[in-house]
Amino acid sequence: MTKSARELSFRTRCIHVGSEADPVTGAVVPPIHLASTFVQPGAGQWGEFDYSRSGNPTRAALQKTLASIEGGCGALAFSSGMAAIHAVTMLLSSGDHILAGSDLYGGAYRLLHQICDRAGLGVTLVDLTDLDAVAAEIRPETKLIWAESLGNPRLSVPNLPELARIAKDAGILLGVDNTFGTPALIRPLELGADIVMHSATKYLGGHSDLIGGTLAVADPDLYNRLYFIQNATGAILDPFSCFLVARGIKTLDLRVYAQSQTTLRLALWLLEHPRVSQVLYPGLPDHPGHVMATQMMGGHYGAMLTFQIDGDLLQTAKVCESTELFRLAVSLGAVESLIEQPATMSHASYAKADRDRFGITDGLIRLSVGLESFEDLRDDLQAAMTAAGL
Amino acid sequence: MAIDTPATRPHPVQPDHASAAEVVANPTAKGAWHAAGMSTQAVHAGEQRQKAEGSISTPVYSASTFTFESTAALLRFVEGHDEREEYGRYGNPNEKSVERKLAALDAAESAILYSSGMAAIVGLLMSKLSSGDEVIFFDQCYHRSREFCVKHLARFGVKTHQVKTGDFDAMEAAINANTRMLISESPTNPHLTSVDLEQFVALGKAHEIETLIDATLATPFNIRPIELGIDYVLHSATKYLGGHNDLLAGVICGSAEKLEPVRQLRGILGSVNAPQNLYLLERGLKTFALRMQRHNENGQAVAEFLEAHPRVERVYYPGLPSHPSHAIASSQMKGFGGLITFLVRDADWQQTAKVIDAVQLPRIAPSLGGVESLIEQPLVMSYFNYSPEDRQRFGIADNMIRMSCGIEDTADLIADLDQALKVSLDD
Repeated sequence: MTKSARELSFRTRCIHVGSEADPVTGAVVPPIHLASTFVQPGAGQWGEFDYSRSGNPTRAALQKTLASIEGGCGALAFSSGMAAIHAVTMLLSSGDHILAGSDLYGGAYRLLHQICDRAGLGVTLVDLTDLDAVAAEIRPETKLIWAESLGNPRLSVPNLPELARIAKDAGILLGVDNTFGTPALIRPLELGADIVMHSATKYLGGHSDLIGGTLAVADPDLYNRLYFIQNATGAILDPFSCFLVARGIKTLDLRVYAQSQTTLRLALWLLEHPRVSQVLYPGLPDHPGHVMATQMMGGHYGAMLTFQIDGDLLQTAKVCESTELFRLAVSLGAVESLIEQPATMSHASYAKADRDRFGITDGLIRLSVGLESFEDLRDDLQAAMTAAGL
Repeated sequence: MAIDTPATRPHPVQPDHASAAEVVANPTAKGAWHAAGMSTQAVHAGEQRQKAEGSISTPVYSASTFTFESTAALLRFVEGHDEREEYGRYGNPNEKSVERKLAALDAAESAILYSSGMAAIVGLLMSKLSSGDEVIFFDQCYHRSREFCVKHLARFGVKTHQVKTGDFDAMEAAINANTRMLISESPTNPHLTSVDLEQFVALGKAHEIETLIDATLATPFNIRPIELGIDYVLHSATKYLGGHNDLLAGVICGSAEKLEPVRQLRGILGSVNAPQNLYLLERGLKTFALRMQRHNENGQAVAEFLEAHPRVERVYYPGLPSHPSHAIASSQMKGFGGLITFLVRDADWQQTAKVIDAVQLPRIAPSLGGVESLIEQPLVMSYFNYSPEDRQRFGIADNMIRMSCGIEDTADLIADLDQALKVSLDD
């Protein structure tokens, strides 16, 4: 290339880096290598790939794409987002402490509170938008701050550059789950984070048809430590799913920009709705994270939106069950729009007290906005609210 | 020949507003999705609303055959009481799902998928034509389609006429009592000539002859020939419909009644798709509207850049006013796609090849319509074994380059072409 891969624009890197034509056949899309093992040049001599847990060409190609679009030195593809987060926690040792955001995915909450605790890791949840509180919670044994670039489900927006500074001053790691933000809108490594994680099931794959997770880092030493953990514990992404994620990434920014635009229009519409009491979307000027999101995300605000209806648990459930285009399902980030009730679905694994404490109310509805047209989605929501007697 | 065509006509308008409830009430019914926005259609149309196990995406049905729970169940099927699958060559749930989606996108009643675009046109013509029948092509149609008719259908007693693209008088003059089908592409490849589809339809209707349009380069995003009265629309789904340069498939859209015998013959000839391939096609279609918007933007911008470039002699792109059929294209297309053909100024074929070899981003390969840009020199790629006289007859210039703009950033594509066009043509 006359331009180095770094100089190419984000979208072009999504399409080309890691997707080089196959040198053997010229195939414009690299082949899917299903091989579990690889023939070696000689006894005691090792080729680039030996065994697919340790390395696989299809996974390596995807990891090259991921490293490029995250602005990192290396990336790892895991069998799920949770497997990726778990690998990060395995960097720590018994007695260490993790400081995590209070607006946190339910699965991460469960991992930290019911698995990591057994390994002797302490956990404190803190409002990451309150930087003083973050600094106050850091203890000598704190080794990791775990943040979500957009909190789940309340879409809080932490100041990632400031969190990175706090972590750096304390000599600890900052890991960012950027699943909601996507590398198209936020690249935490460029903002000073040490580790960026994605549930690739969501926007990276983008088509609701695979389960996967990714980590990317900017420091080669950290990459080697995480690679060691992945190779030793084995939660790798299979070659078919690697292919599907790579294929999904080719339309990543087209999808994310289109979905963000539709979501902003839906947010503005919901804001005017008489039976909607609150709309949580960073694209709205009154959202507490609006200024931060505008700084970090370049004028797009993602395609996740949470709103509070003027109704009880049952009416909320009825709305979620009555939409036709928005399908009732957990997960997010795909071409198909999804709807869910955090209190009974994505955040059901929270303790009731923590749900109350962190504002996961019964009337909360979370939308993952897909590629359908704004008009079709708006009418669908209105019809569902009418059906629920709102 | 006297076929009146209105001076202006409405664009094929895509309604952007539909009731979601209406649309999904019966999602697999014919026409159920016609009112929905195109991106909504691309995501949802044709799919079973409630899939097995509640899966949000269509499961891949790898089964070659489908079981019957009892002889009574089999009898219900063979007597026509139950609609269901039987054997993979006759149909598969993935095939039905994608066929319904493609029919919705093309505003057609029905669609039939084949294992490639060529298998699709062969399947249609083998079904519709018999010994003694004749077909008429506009001569810029895909050369393999014409070759099939001229070399192979001829062996079965079918006669093929080829007339100059867009010359409706010549086409009408070639019509006789045996003519069964009028065939064209719009736009054509590689000259991107648009054929006036209203005129094409009118000619067919006036003589009660069926019409076939290969709309691969336009796609249903930019033109929907069925709405204009065309009988059959052909797409190589390998291109924009699949969209990721990772599958081959073809499709014919049309009325259910007219396509029924075609479907029957496909069941005999067996040029069907594997379920995995069908799933990739369905997945590719989900971003179809987004991708086409982007292909259209890139095509227009790159074509305008090339036309202004001193090293470029001529650009063929339907969206440029300099294209001879620009007026027709503008009147019947929403956008003009990602394919561009251009001539390098004062270059022989080897010097033209130098430009191609200097390009970094697009890969040298046949095909088009994928997210990755591709580039080729028709003389070397598709017409290498043709005589210089034949190449001249088909308008394949030595200094011609065809580029399929992918969905990369426009600025990256333009910067790359700009540096490639600066390469020294001297040895």
